[in-house]
Amino acid sequence: MDYELLIGIFPQVLLDGITLGFMYALIALGYTMVYGVLEFINFAHSEIFIVGAFVGVELLLTFKAAGWLDVLPWVVVLVVVLLVGMAASGLLAVVVERTAYRPLRHAPRLIPLISAIGVSFFLQDAIRLVESIWRNAFNLVYPSMDALNHRFELTHTIDVSVKSLVVIVAALLMLWGLHNLVNRTKIGKAIRAVAEDQAAASLMGINVNRIISLTFLIGGAMGGGAGVLFGVQYSLINPYTGFIPGLKAFTAAVLGGIGNIPGAMLGGLVLGLLESFAAAYLSLLTGGAFGAEYKDIFAFSILILILIFRPKGILGEIVRERA
Amino acid sequence: MKTLRFRHLLSALAVAALVLPGAAPADAQSKGTIKIATQSPLSGGQAALGEGIKLGTQLAVEKLKGNLEKMGYKVELVPFDDQAKPDVGVANAKNIIADKDIMAVIGHLNSGVAIPSSEVYKEVGVVMISPANTNPVVTDRNYPSVNRVCGRDDVQGVVGSEYAHSLKVKSAAIVHDKTQYGQSIAEFFKADAEKKGIKVVAFEGTEEKSNFDAILTPIKAKNPDIIYFGGIYDQAAPFFKQAREKGVKSKFMGPDGMDSSDLTKIAGKAVVGMAYTSAAGPASALPKAKAFVDEYKKKFGKNPEPYAAEAYDATTIAIKAIEDAAKGGKVTREDVAAAVRKAKLAGITGDIAFDSKGDRLKAQYFVLTVASDDPAKWGDNKIVKQLTIAPPAAKK
Repeated sequence: MDYELLIGIFPQVLLDGITLGFMYALIALGYTMVYGVLEFINFAHSEIFIVGAFVGVELLLTFKAAGWLDVLPWVVVLVVVLLVGMAASGLLAVVVERTAYRPLRHAPRLIPLISAIGVSFFLQDAIRLVESIWRNAFNLVYPSMDALNHRFELTHTIDVSVKSLVVIVAALLMLWGLHNLVNRTKIGKAIRAVAEDQAAASLMGINVNRIISLTFLIGGAMGGGAGVLFGVQYSLINPYTGFIPGLKAFTAAVLGGIGNIPGAMLGGLVLGLLESFAAAYLSLLTGGAFGAEYKDIFAFSILILILIFRPKGILGEIVRERA
Repeated sequence: MKTLRFRHLLSALAVAALVLPGAAPADAQSKGTIKIATQSPLSGGQAALGEGIKLGTQLAVEKLKGNLEKMGYKVELVPFDDQAKPDVGVANAKNIIADKDIMAVIGHLNSGVAIPSSEVYKEVGVVMISPANTNPVVTDRNYPSVNRVCGRDDVQGVVGSEYAHSLKVKSAAIVHDKTQYGQSIAEFFKADAEKKGIKVVAFEGTEEKSNFDAILTPIKAKNPDIIYFGGIYDQAAPFFKQAREKGVKSKFMGPDGMDSSDLTKIAGKAVVGMAYTSAAGPASALPKAKAFVDEYKKKFGKNPEPYAAEAYDATTIAIKAIEDAAKGGKVTREDVAAAVRKAKLAGITGDIAFDSKGDRLKAQYFVLTVASDDPAKWGDNKIVKQLTIAPPAAKK
């Protein structure tokens, strides 16, 4: 076995895993926030995520057509695209909640779940329809920005791309902002109150519907931001791209303890690292008998194991009290 | 799943809509309707290629249906969307065999879809002429109703590795998409490359479509002279793009699945200079295809994708075979299949005749390099090698 290679690529795999992990963590926040407040899995979240990616790519393509990509500093472009993508996804999440979940709020739990899956299929095909009419395209490519493609080569096998740094920094900022919002502000207090007991919260003068809309707005915005970052990092998106990352992020949320914000982040990181290491090392360690194609088995085996042995997740305590 | 069912319903409705007017006694002279079906992906990531097959067929049907119409038949084209998915292809195939007016199928794009679907066609002996399926299994089953006008992967993979050898590469990393097409051509490439002394440092299958970081890191560390991707452009393009962004310096190579302008649309300058093999020459390499290209451009407002010309030839053979069968008075699927197997055509992609198992006797293989990062200039790709190779004999 080639130990030099195994050790040589370790830092690079670690870095790629962390980048991927933060991506999962950001998507996982959408699942976890909605679950924290409504105890309901928003399975349409992976499409809300990919809508963010589509809005981002459309905006960048427009910028490119107008020639602004060469003129404006890339940080400005990226921040603008991120904010617009977040806003679009956040608003979409609010609309989805109003039309597909709110009328079913007092129905048995299975009903909104089915509604969510329906919304998910609807959004996939809606994106496909819009893009096929608008651009006659199925796959959309993120325009590349030279500054983002720059790499800092540390050694022959290790290099850090500006893209990965952008993902990590943006994710940390968004997570930090969310953490402060939930724990340090009045709105956050209201969200936590609604999560704890809707009826009691409404008796205290909290507008429960508005807080739930707000939760969807924030969770959706995180998903949309993740979508833009996903597109920037991996360049190609299509209407069905969101499904697998969404499923993995859901696994991350469950792994960390669904309903728990630091848990979502930890779960995302664990999952991203696990996937990267599995993909890079499986065939090296088994002499080619198992390859990268088995990486997803790890993610989903973990989901099953967690559900059997520790359903509350790594950080989850009493799930219902968290937001 | 929901989308699939919905589309089944749509295709069923489409078939019904076509059957109903045909059943009406519109024309006393009419001997009935003859339909030619296409099956190719018309939606999804490979729709560009699939649509080329449909439009190539459409052009041929419109141009050549005259004789049959004179004989009193109505000729129609029925396009099916197999979505590049085996289950959808098989479901469509069941609709096709149930419609007794369908006398021939032109398709598919993907071998993984063609193989199970042709098991269905075989039940009733409706003839399939494939413009694009290169997997050996397609014809190695010796079905009398299954034919192809393109080359085979066990030859194409070898053509690829021979070219790699001629570039004096010493080591290769091979990645494939785990489909019947991609994996098997990667294996043919690998076997021949190893025979020629090229060291294969990695052989990986992946269904991943967006994030190739973890596969690329070990490949980059091993720094092979060449990376071969057995698969289709919609997966290969982001792979190659990310490889260059990661600083991988290896040469890139792939099979005919790379042959679409979408490869450069997605991967841009990362794939400029990349070599790919093809069993379908660019129309510019086929002197007889010029009229076809002009007509196609005029009618559909775009350049023909690869395989459109092959689809045109396949349809020409099908229509001639139906005419031959119609001389007997009544057209049966068996007669059409037998006539196709015996067909000889000086087609726009060269001379076509089939061997006993349905392979094209003189298939052409090309090695091309990507000329420009502008998708509109895909047709300028340079042919660096052109070979005519007979298929291997049938295994008993």
